[in-house]
Amino acid sequence: MPETPGRLDAAISVTGLTKQFGDVAAVDGLSFSVAPGEIFGLLGANGAGKTTTIQLLLGLTTPTAGDVRVLGLRMPSDRLAILQRVNFSSAYISLPSNLTVRQNLRVFAGLYSVRNAPAKIDGLLELFEVSDSANKATGALSSGQLTRVNLCKAFLNDPEVLFLDEPTASLDPDIADKVRTALQKLQRERGVTIVYSSHNMREVEVLCDRVLFLAHGRAVAEGTPRDVLARSKSDSLEDVFIAIARDGNTIEPRA
Amino acid sequence: MISRIGALLLRYLYLYRRSTARLMGVLFWPVMDLLVWGFLTSYLEKIAAPRGVTFLLGAVIFWDIFYSAQQAITLSITEDIWARNILNVFVAPVRTWELLVATSLIGVLRATVSAGVLAILARLFYGFPLFAIGLPLLPFYFSLLLFGWAMGMFTMALVLRFGQAAEALIWGIPFLIQPLSAVFYPVSVLPAWLRAISLLLPSTHVFEGMRSALSTGRVSAGVLAAAVGLNAIYLAAGGAFFGWMLGRVREKGYLARLGMD
Repeated sequence: MPETPGRLDAAISVTGLTKQFGDVAAVDGLSFSVAPGEIFGLLGANGAGKTTTIQLLLGLTTPTAGDVRVLGLRMPSDRLAILQRVNFSSAYISLPSNLTVRQNLRVFAGLYSVRNAPAKIDGLLELFEVSDSANKATGALSSGQLTRVNLCKAFLNDPEVLFLDEPTASLDPDIADKVRTALQKLQRERGVTIVYSSHNMREVEVLCDRVLFLAHGRAVAEGTPRDVLARSKSDSLEDVFIAIARDGNTIEPRA
Repeated sequence: MISRIGALLLRYLYLYRRSTARLMGVLFWPVMDLLVWGFLTSYLEKIAAPRGVTFLLGAVIFWDIFYSAQQAITLSITEDIWARNILNVFVAPVRTWELLVATSLIGVLRATVSAGVLAILARLFYGFPLFAIGLPLLPFYFSLLLFGWAMGMFTMALVLRFGQAAEALIWGIPFLIQPLSAVFYPVSVLPAWLRAISLLLPSTHVFEGMRSALSTGRVSAGVLAAAVGLNAIYLAAGGAFFGWMLGRVREKGYLARLGMD
């Protein structure tokens, strides 16, 4: 039975999640949970299983085995109910380039049945500092503007859980900082749970409350960035990332 | 539900409004087709068959109804793949049938605008009185629309599964069906073995019926019943195939790859 919203122990709860593509286990018996309101970093080298995990959590891919619960609801059987309350943005997807920013946001406001959509759209455009681009074709935007418009789309339905797949990839440091600041502000104000995938370890240290490192689809380290760093005896989270990526080392939890 | 279907319709209408290529697909190419067949008809009437070949213009217009409906479903979703927007759509709380209803409605709109313009031009340029047939036209129109939707669902399912490798089918499937559908000639022209296959297509019965209606002014109930029955089978099969393929695509992880490649 679904848990009552507001009484959740975990916004996301994953148990024994496995995704097999032929002989390859892209995700291999993964278990973790994310507390409500937490910014949770899902980290690892290319091919470690981060994107597949996010896709499994969003119901884009069906798992081979395991149990996924988002906001107390089971994925994929409660997929539509979950999708109404979550959202997603990725550096690797886009919005139709020949529609204006406002047209795109109007379409997604409709898909999420957003009430008072024009005011909501204006508020988000202002928050992410892209109001000037509202009537421009989306294809004419810079990558920084496009990222922020994608985030406007991701916040349209006031998501309780937000999945962000490398949202600041390809952004210059100034814009990346603005994006992080806006995300932190929204997270503080609305208590949204964020699952954040990134290769920028400095960003992860600044943003994430807890992190999970993956290698070959398995969890190899989990905890607060500071805690993982302390246990790894590395100088920086980037060194931890490199060691895991090269050797697949597991960092044991604190006893 | 209404909000989501409305939002999808809005998205596809914006697309037609802001894309020259898509607008050309609705009007320019069909009009060029009509002109070629119109002049050919005029020429044939002069040299060989006075008043006997105007049905060719009806065939061009009717074929466009099927083509528009099939293209509307496939191109609407393919545009989202090309725009790398497909994952945004699939992570929104949209039901599969809502997506299909929205794209099918775009098909109705596209087919109506396109065929309507062609019928008016055929009357103006060549004196072809398609509208004179009146109400009996409607069952043919709906029958081709339904078959276009069914083929659109089959095509789209293959594009979702095979990605870019299958995109040629968007235009290829109608051209595979056209010679078998007896669009420009009676089904009796086909070799016997091909005739058997041809009669399994609802479009064949529509075009046979259309030729008969143009010459006699009457619509054969048998022809219509065959078209309706076959359409019901194709629609059910198309919907089931689309749903099954979407499940396979999720299972294999192709959907996510399609949206990010």
